[in-house]
Amino acid sequence: MSRIVVHGLEKSYGDARVLERVNVTAEAGEFLSLVGASGCGKSTFLRILLGQEQQSGGVVVIGDGPIVPEPTPQRGIVFQRYSVFPHLTAIQNLLLVEDFRSGGPFGRVFGARRRNARQEAEVMLERVGLAHARDLYPASLSGGMQQRLAIAQTLLGRPQILLLDEPFGALDPGIRVEMHELLTELWTEHGMTVVMVTHDIGEAFKLGTRVLVFDKVRHDPQFPSAYGATITYDLKLDRKNRASSQEVAKVAAMVGTARPDSAIATTASQRRV
Amino acid sequence: MLVEGMSAMNAVSEADGEGTRPSPPRPKVRLRLINAKVSRGGALFLGGLPFLFVAIAYLIASAQRLAVNPSDKLLPSPAQMWSAFLDLATVPDKRSGDLILWVDTYASLVRLFAGVGVATFVALSLGIAIGFIPRVRAFLLPFVTVVCVIPPLALLPILFIALGLGETAKITLIAIGVAPVMVRDIANRVMELPTELVAKAQTLGGNSWTMVLRLVLPQVMPRLITCVRLALGPAWLFLIAAEAIASTEGLGYRIFLVRRYLSMDVILPYVAWITLLAVITDWLLVRLSQAVSPWAHPVEAK
Repeated sequence: MSRIVVHGLEKSYGDARVLERVNVTAEAGEFLSLVGASGCGKSTFLRILLGQEQQSGGVVVIGDGPIVPEPTPQRGIVFQRYSVFPHLTAIQNLLLVEDFRSGGPFGRVFGARRRNARQEAEVMLERVGLAHARDLYPASLSGGMQQRLAIAQTLLGRPQILLLDEPFGALDPGIRVEMHELLTELWTEHGMTVVMVTHDIGEAFKLGTRVLVFDKVRHDPQFPSAYGATITYDLKLDRKNRASSQEVAKVAAMVGTARPDSAIATTASQRRV
Repeated sequence: MLVEGMSAMNAVSEADGEGTRPSPPRPKVRLRLINAKVSRGGALFLGGLPFLFVAIAYLIASAQRLAVNPSDKLLPSPAQMWSAFLDLATVPDKRSGDLILWVDTYASLVRLFAGVGVATFVALSLGIAIGFIPRVRAFLLPFVTVVCVIPPLALLPILFIALGLGETAKITLIAIGVAPVMVRDIANRVMELPTELVAKAQTLGGNSWTMVLRLVLPQVMPRLITCVRLALGPAWLFLIAAEAIASTEGLGYRIFLVRRYLSMDVILPYVAWITLLAVITDWLLVRLSQAVSPWAHPVEAK
C-alpha cells in the first residue's frame, strides 16, 4: 500500500553511532524481516520508521512524502510487550480504535457508529480466535492471546505499513507457529507493507518476502561505538520457492547468535506445509 | 467439625475398600519463617493482639489510678469516657443548643473533604499536564518541586493574615499542605506510562487530548486514589492544627478546648472517633478504587 525508501540513514546517540549508511527501498506489499545480533540497531531502525525516534541524518520517505516525525495512523505497531491497553477489556481495546479515529473531542463514538464499530470489533475478535475472551482484561489473557489482540487492534487501524518489533519473542514455540499462520493470512488479506524485527532466523525466512541482515562492517578496536551497523545482506525470497538451507545457514552465521540447525528446521517444516 | 468428620469417614471407608492402601502421610515440615502462611483466623487473632494489649494495659493503669484517687482525671475509666462521649453526642449544649459531637464532626469533615477535594483536582489536572506535556513540565516542574519542600504549617500564619480566620484559610492550608506531593506523584506516574502504550495510542489516531481522556486518565486513576488515601493522614494533621489555632467548632478545636480542663474523658473518645472516621474513609476509597479500576485489582486466587 505504501513504499518505504530509506537513503543514507544515520542514527547516533551522542558519540555512539548505532546505524550508518542504511539504504533500502521496500515496494508496497513487501514483507521485510530484519535480523541481526542483539543491539545492532534493528529495533532503532524500526522506531525511526514508527516516528518514535528521529534519524540523525539521511532521508526516510514513506508513501509520497518524507516521514512525519511522530507516530501516525499511517503506520501500525505491535511491540513484544505492552502492546494492548491494560485498563480495557479485549472488546474495549478494539473499540478504542474507532473511538480514537473518529470519536471527536470525547474520544468516543456514539449511536449507530458505535454499533457498527462494535460489530466490526466482534468480527475481528472472532477472526483472531478471541471471541470467548471478549470481556476479559489483558491481565487475564495469556501472552499469545494478548499478542493476537494487539495484532487485531493494530489491523483495525488499517495502517498502510505494519511494524512488528519481535512480536512473537515471548511466546511458546507452538503458539508461535499459530501466530505465523494468523499473520500470514492477515497479511495476504490486507496486503499492507510489513517490517518485522526478529531474533528467530527461521521465522524471518518463513514469513518474509525479503530478509535484511543488520551488522557492523567497520570496527575500531580503540573506540567500538565509532561505527554503526548497516544492512550487510539483502535477500529477496520467492514465496513459492523457499530459500535453500545454505542461505539460511549463511544468514544464521552472519547473525552469529542463533543456531543454524533450528533455523533450517523451522524453514524446512514450513516448506512441507 | 462435621465436614472434617465426614471426610475422615470417607477416608476410612475408602481404605477399607482398597484393603491395603495406606493413608497418605502428611509430612510435618518446618517451613522457613517467610514461607509459613497465616490462616484467616490466625491473621485475625494476630492482628487483634496489639489492640488487645493496649486496651488491657490502659485498663490496668486506669483501674490502679482510680483506686488511689476516684476523682483522677488523667486515665478515666471506659464508663466515664462512654458517658462523656454520649453526653456530647446526644445532649444538646446548654449555651448553643447544638449536639456538639455532630456539629464538630460535620464542620471538620467539610473542611477536610473540601481541602482534599481541591488538592485532588489540582493534582489530577496539573499532574497530568506536567507528566504528559513536555512544555508544561519544563514550565512548572521546578516550581512544584520547590513548593513541595515548604513546610505548610509555616504558611499558616500567612494564610490567617491574608485570608482571615474563616473557613477559607483552613481549607487552603489543607489543600496547600497535600497538593504539591500529590501533583508530583501523579506527574511521576504519568511519566512512567510505558512509551509503547503512548506510541500505540498515537498510531491508532489519538491526539494529545483524547489520549488524556482514554489512556492517561484511566491509567492514573488507581494511583490517584492511593494518593488521596496517603494524603488524608497529613490532611487530618493540618486540619487539627488549623482548628486548634482559630476555630469555634470542629474535632480539633474541641480537643484543644477541653485540654484546659484536663478532660481526658472527652479527648480520648474524640481521638478514637477521629481514628474511626479516618479508617472508614480509607476503606471507602479502597472500595471506590476497586469499582472504578477493576483491571488494577485482579481477583486473587483463593
